[in-house]
Amino acid sequence: MSSQTTEQRERGATATGSISAVIDEAPPKSEKTSKATSRQPDAGLEEDRDTLVRLFHQMLLIRRFEEKCAESYSLGKIGGFCHLYIGQEAVGVGAISALRDDDYVITSYREHGQAIAKGISPEAVMAELYGKSGGCSHGKGGSMHLFDKRVNFLGGHAIVGGQIPLATGVAFASKYKETDQVTLCFFGEAAVNQGAFHESLNMAQLWKLPCVYVCENNMYGMGTSLERAMSLQNVAEKACAYEVESEFVDGMDVLAMRAATQRAVKRAREKSAPTLIEARTYRYMGHSMSDPGKYRTRAEIEKYQQRDPIKLFSITLKENSILNDKGISDLEAQVKEQVEQAVRFAEESPEPEPGELYTNVYANP
Amino acid sequence: MATMTMRDALNQALREELARDPDVFLMGEEVAEYQGAYKVTRGLLEEFGPKRVIDTPITELGFAGLGVGAAMAGLRPIVEFMTFNFSLLATDQIINSAAKMLYMSGGQFKIPIVFRGPGGSAYQVSSQHSQALESWYAYFPGLKVVMPSTPADAKGLLKSAIRDDDPVIFIEQERMYGMKGEVPEDEDFTIPLGVAEVKREGTDATIIARSLMVPAALKAAEELEKDGISCEVIDPRTIRPLDIEAIVESVKKTNRVVIAEESHPFCGVAAEISAEINERAFDYLDAPVKRVSGADVPMPYAKNLEQLAIPSFEQIVAAVREVSYL
Repeated sequence: MSSQTTEQRERGATATGSISAVIDEAPPKSEKTSKATSRQPDAGLEEDRDTLVRLFHQMLLIRRFEEKCAESYSLGKIGGFCHLYIGQEAVGVGAISALRDDDYVITSYREHGQAIAKGISPEAVMAELYGKSGGCSHGKGGSMHLFDKRVNFLGGHAIVGGQIPLATGVAFASKYKETDQVTLCFFGEAAVNQGAFHESLNMAQLWKLPCVYVCENNMYGMGTSLERAMSLQNVAEKACAYEVESEFVDGMDVLAMRAATQRAVKRAREKSAPTLIEARTYRYMGHSMSDPGKYRTRAEIEKYQQRDPIKLFSITLKENSILNDKGISDLEAQVKEQVEQAVRFAEESPEPEPGELYTNVYANP
Repeated sequence: MATMTMRDALNQALREELARDPDVFLMGEEVAEYQGAYKVTRGLLEEFGPKRVIDTPITELGFAGLGVGAAMAGLRPIVEFMTFNFSLLATDQIINSAAKMLYMSGGQFKIPIVFRGPGGSAYQVSSQHSQALESWYAYFPGLKVVMPSTPADAKGLLKSAIRDDDPVIFIEQERMYGMKGEVPEDEDFTIPLGVAEVKREGTDATIIARSLMVPAALKAAEELEKDGISCEVIDPRTIRPLDIEAIVESVKKTNRVVIAEESHPFCGVAAEISAEINERAFDYLDAPVKRVSGADVPMPYAKNLEQLAIPSFEQIVAAVREVSYL
């Protein structure tokens, strides 16, 4: 509700303390800058060590995986469109960490990181990007269409906002079948301008569906800034039009993201009610690999990089004696090997058989 | 067998399939409390309750997508469009999601969903409510397109469509809901998708017709019989997959073909069938394939103009005479 939104927004800003200085203001108007600062000690690290390390490990893995994707793309190993998640890792990792294994994730075309966080192996993701038969969609989907039924990852979808009605339907099915599974749906802020978003939120609240909608507000829809595209730029506030609960979160803070999603998942699982989460974040790379990003300045990107989600979290982990420098460099080494292994797998995986061209068009041909 | 309208035959199919499989549900505008804008869903809310017979807001893109998502998670939705004209708002979900999901997921996510409702011309409802859209949907691999022409076909094909594991576009003809015919009452009665039916046997010319054009073709055949011209009338019933073999068999027998359709001629289904016949049976043709299509204009309102826009049996008769060089 609208009052809730404001309250939550303030709470989010308070909980994240000084680090929200940049995130809480829409660029490039903001003159403020802020240095990397850890979470406030009173924000508390209630999570156990294993969880904290796992979150950090996933974020680091996704960062290095995406850097490798950029390299492989430049070498012509990856074709088509390739949208990287660098800068946004805390959103996907934090949100997905709040789910049960049998919950669903459905998302957009910027989904390599979310696929890995939901449990698709980096090998299967990389092989898909390479167009190989060992890919999670057997080479038929590519970067924008990663699927894995075994981990309830219901795809990357490449029409902006198209996955939002789908997510609503997946949540509908959970309610219909009386399972208590929750559906988590990611989309960028540009998708909020699509009718699909509004039609979905209306139905989700009308029929009380267990769906958590996470808007990753990276402030650019391709090359068009938020302020050039959206009349009401506070996405979370839009939920009040449908009486959907909403929350504004610092998307650079993995623990804030996890906590907000946990609240939303609880609401979905226990009350069968939807939630809209707006996560303020930033993508460092272009919209896709073919985007040189001339619509924003180097200085603007650097400003956000000062609040890099991985850097912030590493400081938090060190300050709370969860990981020391050696622990972090050990993880770096482990992640490097994981990414190299993913590339080796993708390189070695065979191309799809030519006969696969005509399979999977119909389930009952 | 019982005599019933196409409306009631469709209703019976829905009722039987809802009773047969708890994963089947029906949603759309006015399908529940209003009993259906065309009363196809009459009584279903009372029998199956609001969990399974669901009134939606007027939000075609949204509920079409919701249906596809529900199918991804294992349900078997039947989504009614009050008319297929409104399905144009939902084409992103029908085409980009439903039609392609199985393929782009490498075979992991089948989409067992039926999108159904009336299409084609009605009675003076003008341009935006009188469209034959089958060639749009038939264009896309991944979709199946069904158009029944009798109450029995309507029942048997709809039951098959609901049991099918692929997305099916099921287009009912608005003018045919009141048409009566014999319908098997056996709950196991189904008609397989992709199988044409010879509605009338003949030897001199083949008329290929679907939906509203089937009764027109049969009437034309009767008229031509008086002049000693024996027409075979074939109804493909399913536009995709198309039973081209049955069509080619008939062409080999009669050597002359007329294709009648309500839709616009340009890029229409008749154009596709004609191309297939040219590729597969050119040597058997004694005359070029002739199309009888709806006028290539938006549907007008005025009664006389509307009648001119919809193919008549007289046009079919004239076309058969033309390919017979009579």
